[in-house]
Amino acid sequence: MGFLHRHRNLTPYLLLAPGLLYLGFFFVVPLGFLAYQSLESGNFDIGYAFTWAWGNYWDAIRNYSGHFVRSLEYAGIATILALAFGYPLAYWIAFRGGRWKNLLLLFIVAPFFVTYLIRTLAWETILADQGPVVSVLRNVGILGHDGRLLATSTAVVAGITYNFFPFMALPLYVSLEQIDGRLIEAAQDLYASKWKAFLRITLPLSLPGVVAGTLLTFIPAAGDFINAQLLGSPQNHMIGNVIQSKFLELTDYPAAASMSFVLMAAILLMVALYARAVGTEKLTG
Amino acid sequence: MTGVADVRLVDVTKRFEDVTAVDRLSLEIEHGSFFALLGPSGCGKTTTLRMIGGFEQPTEGQIYLGSTEVSGLPSYKRDVNTVFQSYALFPHLSVFENVAFGLRRQGVRGATLTGQVNEILRLVGLEGMEKRKPRQLSGGQQQRVAVARALVNKPKVLLLDEPLGALDLKLRKQMQLELKGIQHDIGITFVHVTHDQEEAMTMADQIAVMQRGRIEQLGTPSELYETPSTAFVAGFLGVSNLIPGTVSGPDSVRLRSGPEVRVRPDALAGRTGEVAVGIRPEKIELGQGQANSLDGTVVEEAYVGVSTQYIVETGCGLLTVYRQNASPGLNGAAPGQRLTLSWSPESTFVVDSLEGSE
Repeated sequence: MGFLHRHRNLTPYLLLAPGLLYLGFFFVVPLGFLAYQSLESGNFDIGYAFTWAWGNYWDAIRNYSGHFVRSLEYAGIATILALAFGYPLAYWIAFRGGRWKNLLLLFIVAPFFVTYLIRTLAWETILADQGPVVSVLRNVGILGHDGRLLATSTAVVAGITYNFFPFMALPLYVSLEQIDGRLIEAAQDLYASKWKAFLRITLPLSLPGVVAGTLLTFIPAAGDFINAQLLGSPQNHMIGNVIQSKFLELTDYPAAASMSFVLMAAILLMVALYARAVGTEKLTG
Repeated sequence: MTGVADVRLVDVTKRFEDVTAVDRLSLEIEHGSFFALLGPSGCGKTTTLRMIGGFEQPTEGQIYLGSTEVSGLPSYKRDVNTVFQSYALFPHLSVFENVAFGLRRQGVRGATLTGQVNEILRLVGLEGMEKRKPRQLSGGQQQRVAVARALVNKPKVLLLDEPLGALDLKLRKQMQLELKGIQHDIGITFVHVTHDQEEAMTMADQIAVMQRGRIEQLGTPSELYETPSTAFVAGFLGVSNLIPGTVSGPDSVRLRSGPEVRVRPDALAGRTGEVAVGIRPEKIELGQGQANSLDGTVVEEAYVGVSTQYIVETGCGLLTVYRQNASPGLNGAAPGQRLTLSWSPESTFVVDSLEGSE
């Protein structure tokens, strides 16, 4: 009953402090360091010096524009696929799941009990040339006689879709689950068929979930490199693969750092365009 | 009147798994009437309304709107509209778009649409609120949007599912009169579900009192109040004194452990043997002066402004008596005082024996 009671207006700041300190140390400081690094020149052997080397950015864009475009393309397609699979699933669980709701949600999250790497390696087995999927597709003629899935863009996009699926499905579920069933009844009472009621009521009311799911899927997917590395060929490598190898294998820190910033800018631009298209009020519900 | 009822239910039964919510219910609702389905929760009134609206389909029986059978049709193919219990306004649409929703689905566009929406918003007193979202409105305003949204479609029948339940008492009273006024002005048949007997009596021309999926009694508010035919109706609408007895003549009943009393000649309605005699508390006089009488002792007195309520112990049990405080300073009786209660045969009704009912 002492200090806090007398300085009640401090309470919100004290509550914010742990989060702000955490973000300060582990996000803002490394980001600043990364920005500093991206403008350095030199190499690992002779050391790096800060020289306002804007050329790093120019090199990143000029040499790796294909990787940037491919990253956004793969992430975009995977996001659309996750939405296409996730929406009906979340809808069904929210409105028809009944007492099985929690179990069904657990099934969506269940793959996360296994590490990312193992999950992706499992897909390598599933899509392998001798695997069941390829042999069925060859038999029905969708794949050619010696056609393969592994080391194709299809495999990479499939892997990304799978790995980020829960980030799409769960926000969708939350927004659909909140919709009051009586609103659908009211729409049908007002001469809307089931389909019209969905289009005019359910879909717009679930948009916050669509937006949240899309961003949570697209943003990490655009920076992913595991799927391209394990399921794709070098032709399918994404910008994440390049950044990873520059950082860890070639120790070309300035190039890797500048690429990270270019990727961040590209993602922010996409998100801004997207937010503008759906309307910012949908983002906040 | 056209002779064809606006709503007709024929032997309608609705079962949910092993629960029978509505049990062989038949009902006719005349064009232009304000009809209330009244009963405690779980009596089947809401299920009945939802079947008329098309949100539930009857397990057995037929439902007609006018001369058209609608049983089996989904709600969007029925010429009825509903005011939902918690309004169910579309939160993402403005007041205007909420009201325009049904018209748009029916292909009304442009100036016709705007004109009709504005007209109905004027009728419910919401002009100038068109651009607001539902969450920016008070409870009473939301209620009006819900009414406007349904009425703008000019349905054959308007269904109201406990529409005033979420409002505070004062606003509820006001909306009761407003709704009745609107119904009077536009002449559409209203079917209103409520568990509030006072609300039903204030608003409805006809009330069906329901219990256990069946209609217990159907009539005008005064019929139900003055001559309830069952103990349940007598107890659900207002307060009743019910005294068990045995039929002893064409218009008389001998009270158990009490004298013989005269009843309305039509009140027996063919009943013989064990029955219960009912008298409303305000129809009992303190003192002699009426044909039926009982002696007793006042055990409690409660002054409630408009009237004073007495609990009087008699040979036939405790009776409740209301005495209107028509002139100031009039003192009726005090606890402990012995007196005679009397009432007229005309205000004496008869219901079936209390054994076997609550």
